[in-house]
Amino acid sequence: MKLKYLIPFVIFVALVALFAYAFRLDPREVPSPLIGKPAPAFALPRVDSPETLAGPADLRGQPWLLNVWATWCVACREEHAMLVRLAREAGVPIVGLDYKEIRGDAELDASRLSPQEEREAALLRARTWLTQRGDPYRFAVLDLDGRVAIDYGVYGVPETFLIDAGGIIRYKHIGPIDERAWREELQPRWAALGGGKP
Amino acid sequence: MIPEMGQFALALAWALALVQAVLGLAGAARGSAGAMAAARRAALAQCAALVLAYACLTASFLRIDFSVLLVAANSSTRTPWFYRLTGVWGNHEGSMLLWALSLSLWQAAVAAFSRSLTESFRARVLGVLGAVSVGFLAFLVLTSNPFERLVPMPAEGRDLNPMLQDPGMIIHPPLLYMGYVGMAVAFAFAIAALLSGRMDAAWARWSRPWTLVAWVFLTLGILVGSAWAYYELGWGGWWFWDPVENASLMPWLLGTALLHSLIVTEKRGAFRSWTVLLAIGAFSLSLLGTFLVRSGVITSVHAFASDPKRGVFILGLLALTVGVSLLLFAWRAPRLSGGGAFAPVSREGSLLVNNVLMASAAGAVLLGTIYPMVIDALHAGKISVGPPYFETVFVPLMVPAVVLMALAPFLRWKRDALARVLRRVWPELIGALLIAALGVWAMNHVTFGAFLGIALTAWVVLASLRLLVDRLRQGGAVGLAARLRGIPGSWWGMWLSHLGVGVFILGVTLVGALEQRLDVKMMPGEAAELAGYRFVLRGVSEVPGPNYTAQRGELEVWREGRMLTVLAPEKRAYFRSAMPMTESAIDWGVFRDVYVSLGDPTGDGGWVVLLFYKPFISWIWFGAIAIAVGGLAAALDRRYRRLARRMASVPLPEALPEPAAEAVR
Amino acid sequence: MSGNRFFAKGTRAWQGFALAVLLCLFVGRFGFAQATGEVPQARPVGDPAIEARALKLGHELRCLVCQNQSIAESNAELAHDLMNQVREQLAAGKSEEEVRAYLVARYGDFVLYQPPLKASTVALWVGPFVLVLAGVLALWRALRRRAREGTPTLSADEAARAEALLRGTNEGERS
Repeated sequence: MKLKYLIPFVIFVALVALFAYAFRLDPREVPSPLIGKPAPAFALPRVDSPETLAGPADLRGQPWLLNVWATWCVACREEHAMLVRLAREAGVPIVGLDYKEIRGDAELDASRLSPQEEREAALLRARTWLTQRGDPYRFAVLDLDGRVAIDYGVYGVPETFLIDAGGIIRYKHIGPIDERAWREELQPRWAALGGGKP
Repeated sequence: MIPEMGQFALALAWALALVQAVLGLAGAARGSAGAMAAARRAALAQCAALVLAYACLTASFLRIDFSVLLVAANSSTRTPWFYRLTGVWGNHEGSMLLWALSLSLWQAAVAAFSRSLTESFRARVLGVLGAVSVGFLAFLVLTSNPFERLVPMPAEGRDLNPMLQDPGMIIHPPLLYMGYVGMAVAFAFAIAALLSGRMDAAWARWSRPWTLVAWVFLTLGILVGSAWAYYELGWGGWWFWDPVENASLMPWLLGTALLHSLIVTEKRGAFRSWTVLLAIGAFSLSLLGTFLVRSGVITSVHAFASDPKRGVFILGLLALTVGVSLLLFAWRAPRLSGGGAFAPVSREGSLLVNNVLMASAAGAVLLGTIYPMVIDALHAGKISVGPPYFETVFVPLMVPAVVLMALAPFLRWKRDALARVLRRVWPELIGALLIAALGVWAMNHVTFGAFLGIALTAWVVLASLRLLVDRLRQGGAVGLAARLRGIPGSWWGMWLSHLGVGVFILGVTLVGALEQRLDVKMMPGEAAELAGYRFVLRGVSEVPGPNYTAQRGELEVWREGRMLTVLAPEKRAYFRSAMPMTESAIDWGVFRDVYVSLGDPTGDGGWVVLLFYKPFISWIWFGAIAIAVGGLAAALDRRYRRLARRMASVPLPEALPEPAAEAVR
Repeated sequence: MSGNRFFAKGTRAWQGFALAVLLCLFVGRFGFAQATGEVPQARPVGDPAIEARALKLGHELRCLVCQNQSIAESNAELAHDLMNQVREQLAAGKSEEEVRAYLVARYGDFVLYQPPLKASTVALWVGPFVLVLAGVLALWRALRRRAREGTPTLSADEAARAEALLRGTNEGERS
C-alpha cells in the first residue's frame, strides 16, 4: 500500500475528529473582547431617581456585577429570583442595566411615543417589576436606546459582566444566571477578586 | 392507518435495501446470477416501498392529519394545499425521507436502464447503493421517524416556516436532492470499480452519463435556490456563501472536475485513481453538506431543520461510508496506474489543470466553511468567514479556469504547442480585451473587476464562436445542415455549457457594476426616480391571505412618460411567527429587473420603500440554464448508449488507442 | 458553400466590434435619468451617499443574534441598531476602517465577515493558493513520470479488436 494513497483517508479522519469535537462547541456564543479592558463609562438615569445619573465609577473599590436585563425578557424572569438571593444572601453588589425597556419590546410600537413618554413608560415598567419581584440592584439605570449596551458588546439579554475593584471587566456570562452558573462560573471568580470579604 | 402504512413501507424499504446490498455485493463476488438478479429486483422493490412511504406522508399532509406530529408541526388548516405538499420536506424528518426517496429513484434507474453494464458490475453498483441506502434508512427509522403520532391530536397545526412558503421552494429541494444523491451513483460506480478491479475506458463511459445527469440536477437545484434567495430575502442578493449554499457548491465543483477527468480516463485510460478519488469526493461532500445542515454544528440562515442529537448519527454514517471508501481506495487504487502518455500541453493536460483548479476551489470553499469551527476547537477565538473572503479567494481560482476553459478545446489530444494554439486564437484574445476596454468605458464604470468580467465573457463567447466555425469548416463537401447534424451531442453539450459560463459571468459582472439602489420614505402619491424609472406609490393597504395578513403596496413603474407596470410588494405577518416576511415584487426583464420591496412604516402614513435596478441579473439564470442544458445534451449523446452496448459485449483492451478520426486535424 | 462565406476570415474582426457595439447599446440605454415631473417627490432615507457606504459596509458585518446574516440584511433589532451606528459614524466623518474597529472592539473579530490576517488565520488565507500550487506541482510530476515511462503498447490482437470497436462507433467524433 503506497502511502500517498492514504492521504485522503488521513485528511478525512482529521475532519471527522474536528466535527466530533464541534458538538461540544456552541457556535452561537461569542466571547467578549472586552475581558481585561476597563468597563466602558456611562452616565444614565437611575430608575429610582431619574434626575440622578449613575455609572461604573460609583462602584469603584469593590468587585461587582453589571446585569443587563429588561422586563420584556422572558429569561430575565427566571434569573431575577437568583439575583435577589445573591444580593441578599451573598451581598453581591449588582447594577442593573435596563436594556431598551420600551423599544426592545416586540409588542410595543415605540415610534409613536415621544422621548418623554418613552422614559415615563420605561420608569413605570421597571419600578413595577422591581417592586413586585424584589430589587437586587445597588441601582438600576435606563439604557433606552441601547447605546451603552452596544459599548459593552451586548447582543442579547440577559448578560452579566463581572467587574473588579479597579473597574476592569473580568468575565462575561451570557444567558440567565442560575444556581450552577453562579457556583461554577461566577462565584469562584468573584471570590478570587476579593468579593464577599468585608 | 395511512401513517402506519407509511411506517411499514419505510421499514420494508430498509429490509429491501439490506437484501439488495448483501445480494448485490456477495452475488457479484461469487458470480451467482440468481443473487444478482434478485438484487436488481430488490432495488426496484425498495424504490416502490419508498414511493409508497412518501405518498403516505404526503397524504397525511394533504388530509391535514394533525395526529401525525410532523403534520401538526409543519402545516395548519389554513396552509394552502401546495404548501402542505411542500411541507412534507420543510422539516428534518421529511427532508431525510425525500433524500432516501431520491436515492431509491436513482437505484431504480440504475436497475432499469443499465442493460449495457455487465451483470456483475451492475450488481456491485446496486450493492454499494443499497449499502448507502441501508445507512440512511436506519437513520430515518431509528432517529427521525416521520410518521410519529401526536397524542392528543391538536385542533390546529403550527404551519410551515413562512420562509419556505414560496413557489421556488416547491421545486428547489427535489432538484437539489436529486443532484446531491445522484452523486451517489458516480460514487457507487467508483467503489464497484475498486472492488472488481475493472476500471477501464468502458467504466468511464458508463459512469459519465450518470454523473452528467446528477450534475445537471445539482446545477438546476442550485440555480432555483439562488433565484429564490434573490426574490425572497428582499434585497436582491443572489448568493451569500452561506454554509448551506457552500454545501451544494462543493459537490458541484468536484462533480465538474469529475466530468472532465472522466474524459481523460475514457480517452487515455490515465489518471484512473484520481478519477475514482473525485467520484468518492463528490459524494462525500454531498454527505458532508447533509451533516453540516442537519447537525447544527454550523449556524446558517437556511438550517431550517437542525438537531445536534441526530448529528452524531449522521457523523457516524459519514465516517463509516467515506472512511471505508477511502480505505478501499488506499488499498486498491495503487493498481490503477498506467494508461496512455501525453504531454503537459495537450487536451488531456488542460483537462487535468481544470481538475486542479476545480478541486482547489472546492477545497477553498470547504476550508472557509469549517475554518471558524477549527479556530473555535483550538480555543483561538470566534471568527466569521463570509462573502468577502470567498470572493477574494474564489475569483483568482476561477479566472484561470475560465481562460483555460475557452482555450482548451483548441488544443490537440496527446501533444500540442501553446504557440500554435495562440497563433490561432490571438484575434479572439485581443478582441476580448478590446471589448472589455470599450465596455467599461461605455458603462462609465472603469474598475478592474468590471474589465475582468467583460473580458472573460468576451473571450469565452468569441472563442466559442470560433470553435463552432472551425468545426463547421471541416467535414468536406457536405452541406452546412449535414455538418451541424454530424456534430455529436457531447460536443454541443461542452460548447453550450462553456458558453453558459460566459453568459453567467457577464450577468454577475454587470449586475455587480451597474446595479442601483435607493431607499426612500414614500407617502401615498409621492414619486421617486431611479435609473430612468419613476416609481409612484399609489398606497399601501391591508390584504388578507390564507394564513397571513399582508400590507400590500402598489407602485406604478413609469419610464419615458409611459406606465410599464404596477408592482405590488408585500410585508406579510404570518399567523405562525412574529417575524414579518418581505415579499418583493419584480418586473422581470431580459436586460434588467426592476425590483421593489417594502421596508417599515414611517409612522406618519408613509412607508420606507426599497427600489432596485438590477441590470442583466437574468443572465445569471440564463447562464446557469445553458450550463445545465449543455450537461443534458452531453448526457443524451447517443454514442454513450451505443458504445456502452458494444463495450459490454467486447472484451476490452486496457487503454483505448487513439481514435483514428482525431489524427486528421 | 454559401454557409461558409459568413465565416470568412476577415469577418472575425467585425464580429467582435458588433458585439462591443451591442453591449454599449444595452448599457447606454440605461445610463441616463429623466427630468422630474409634477408629482411630489419622496425623500430618500438619509443621505444617499452615506447610505450607500453604510450598506456596503453593513454587508460585511455579521449580525450577532441571527443565524448567519449581515447586519444590512437582517431584520433583527440589534442589527438595526448597529446599522444605525454605522450610518451615524460614517455621517460623522469616520472612515470604514474606524467603524470596523469600533465594532471589533465591542464584539470581537466575529463581526467581520472578512477575517483579518492574523497568526490564527494564515492557513485560511493562504490555504487555497497552497492547494493550487501543490496540485499543479503534483500534476506536473505525474505527467513527467508518465512521459518517461512511455505508453504501454497493445498486442496485435488487442489493437485489432480496438480498431474494430472504434470503426463502428467513432465516426461522429472528431474533437
